Amino acid sequence: MSTLDSLALTCIPAQDEALRAEVRAFLAQATKEMPAHLRARSWGGYSTEFSRQLGARGWIGVTLPREYGGGGRSAFARYVLVEEFLNFGAPVGSHWIADRQSAPLILKYGTEAQKRFYIPRVCRGEAFFCIGMSEPNAGSDLASVATRAVPNAQGFLLNGQKIWTTNAHHCQYMIALVRTSGSAEDRQRGLSQVIVDLSLPGITVRPIEDLSGDSHFCEVFFDNVQLGLDALIGAEGQGWEQVTAELAFERSGPERLFSSIVLFDQWLDWVRTPAGRSEAAVLLAGKVLTQLAPLRAMSVAVQQRLAEGGSPIIEAALVKELGTTLEQFIPASIADALFAAESEDLPVELLMTLKYVTEASPSFSLRGGTRDILRGMIARGLGLR
Amino acid sequence: MNETDMFADAARAVLADRCTPGVVRAIEDRGLQAPEARALWTQLEATGLADAMLEEDRGGAGLGLAQAFGVLEQCGAHALPLPLGETMAARAVLDQGGQPQSGQIIALATGRLLADGGVHCAMVRSAHAADAVLVQVGSECRLLAVADARSAVQARAEDAALDWSAAQVQAAPQVAMAAGVDMRTLQAALVAAQMAGALGSVFRRTLQYANERQQFGRPIGKFQAIQHQLAVMSEQVFAARMAAQLGGTPPGGSGEGLQLDRLRVATAKARCSEAALAVAETAHAIHGAIGFTEEYDLQLYTRRLHAWRQTAGSESYWHRVAGEGLLQHQGLTLDLLRRITDVAPAH
Repeated sequence: MSTLDSLALTCIPAQDEALRAEVRAFLAQATKEMPAHLRARSWGGYSTEFSRQLGARGWIGVTLPREYGGGGRSAFARYVLVEEFLNFGAPVGSHWIADRQSAPLILKYGTEAQKRFYIPRVCRGEAFFCIGMSEPNAGSDLASVATRAVPNAQGFLLNGQKIWTTNAHHCQYMIALVRTSGSAEDRQRGLSQVIVDLSLPGITVRPIEDLSGDSHFCEVFFDNVQLGLDALIGAEGQGWEQVTAELAFERSGPERLFSSIVLFDQWLDWVRTPAGRSEAAVLLAGKVLTQLAPLRAMSVAVQQRLAEGGSPIIEAALVKELGTTLEQFIPASIADALFAAESEDLPVELLMTLKYVTEASPSFSLRGGTRDILRGMIARGLGLR
Repeated sequence: MNETDMFADAARAVLADRCTPGVVRAIEDRGLQAPEARALWTQLEATGLADAMLEEDRGGAGLGLAQAFGVLEQCGAHALPLPLGETMAARAVLDQGGQPQSGQIIALATGRLLADGGVHCAMVRSAHAADAVLVQVGSECRLLAVADARSAVQARAEDAALDWSAAQVQAAPQVAMAAGVDMRTLQAALVAAQMAGALGSVFRRTLQYANERQQFGRPIGKFQAIQHQLAVMSEQVFAARMAAQLGGTPPGGSGEGLQLDRLRVATAKARCSEAALAVAETAHAIHGAIGFTEEYDLQLYTRRLHAWRQTAGSESYWHRVAGEGLLQHQGLTLDLLRRITDVAPAH
């Protein structure tokens, strides 16, 4: 319970807030011609050109050290950027994982050579990463990972398969969780993280079409792929600890609150018209606003705790659970509100946006740890297991 | 430890000691007629809490609602059946209006002026646990004695519908409402903070019960189904508490006294009311039949949560307020969210 009393209201520091106006001016211009149903893809939207533009402006890797091409700024600067990206529906999917997870991981665990090689290119919006965690039959149970990187004279020989790998077909690199020793029965032991150049011989990437018709997820097959010695990131056998830390810090950010916000804003514009206004719509607008507000306050407070060097793992899990629930509630309840009326004469662009978000919404509570896994983590934090 | 925590600790110390489940039951049954009521109030007065929202040069501590959050939370956590938070706010309103009060326990209500000059309050919460009611009628407030009123029963024994004659109204102390303050909004902010405390109590009790109660050879908290219910419950409690803290935060993140931001209060009261329903439901489900009994203390908190949900506007009332605010707002929802949630740290 002490966890529940632990977060204090706070705000984003003024020097980081100051970034917002410039970012917004750029995004307003850059997304002006994009229809809402495309902007609704937000961090699933993919544009290498857009990523390069952001990189040129210094808006990728803002928290990374300047000596590696980063911005050397606080996590709150990134918070402001991400909030603006998501609310405008900017197509940030290309560099998203590299910026959010891979480059910070390399900074924390990588060798000096790895840092100098990868991080500046991530910051320029040129090197894109995917994360090879899940495998067939593994899902959230990462300890059962079976893909093997067997040490040999040149480095490691990689064999196995990853699945549900986001954007692998658009990325140059994967950071994969693999078994470097022992067997699947050893669970967490013997796991390591390796950087895989996806252009190497023996790698097949096969996109999986999702129910909305998009292809974000991929299957990736490794058939006797020879990795160099410099592929290992961090210590051999420490993969589990590294991955656990990595996941803990991606659960409470704006991306867990705003996946449906482009739809919500689009719908509000309709409700602001005489034809769109109804009693039920006013109530729904208020319900979403009054649920989002405490969530944002919690998310910012978790960010503050992270900035202070804490590890609010349970708080972050709480935010993600509540956040993704609201993200899924938004398309469901907007559909209900729109089709509660007699007339079906509704704006087509709004309906296309609704269609996309409705179809994408099952993924919100899958990515980054399923609902049940998070509830288990919270229960552990409560001392129940 | 800052001053705010000191007040919360003072409240906790008195309430843990004196506001026992037996005392709560006695005051709920008989209001101020219960001997326990005055005894408890005397203890609370001795801490200075009731005057804490008065300015320092007026004998108070100059607390705003944000600084009083910890005290209000403790009131809810102990299901205090006396309107301490309401009295704190009422005394501050009266003092600012040149009508200082001391000693009286004061409830809050919105009333209607009758054709004959009398005032009718359809619902006075905790009427039987108060000496007087600060009633907003239009843009003015009047302090009216409970003992003088013609009283009609309300659904809860603690509450009443009250009527005062024109002569009583004329004779009553009167102050203007400060700009930007209305009784319903003020009451909602006070209630939300108390709900946050009660939600925490219900959650702690349920968690403890799940760890102790054995079924099928182990504590029920070891079953995944119960663990997940408690996890969801903790999310509700967590979010409601953050919302309640927002509710007491003055406009623009800074401000004085009883100034409130109506959208923040809407967030607070709507979110706490939603949580009240979900948390009470799950708590009772996990406790099983024992939680449904009079003698088991859980009901003191869950009944109160339902009552508070029905006080100063339910979630739909405040959803409408927030929804209207959002529809009048131009531009991204994000900007209204930022206005509601960006709060300068307290120290």
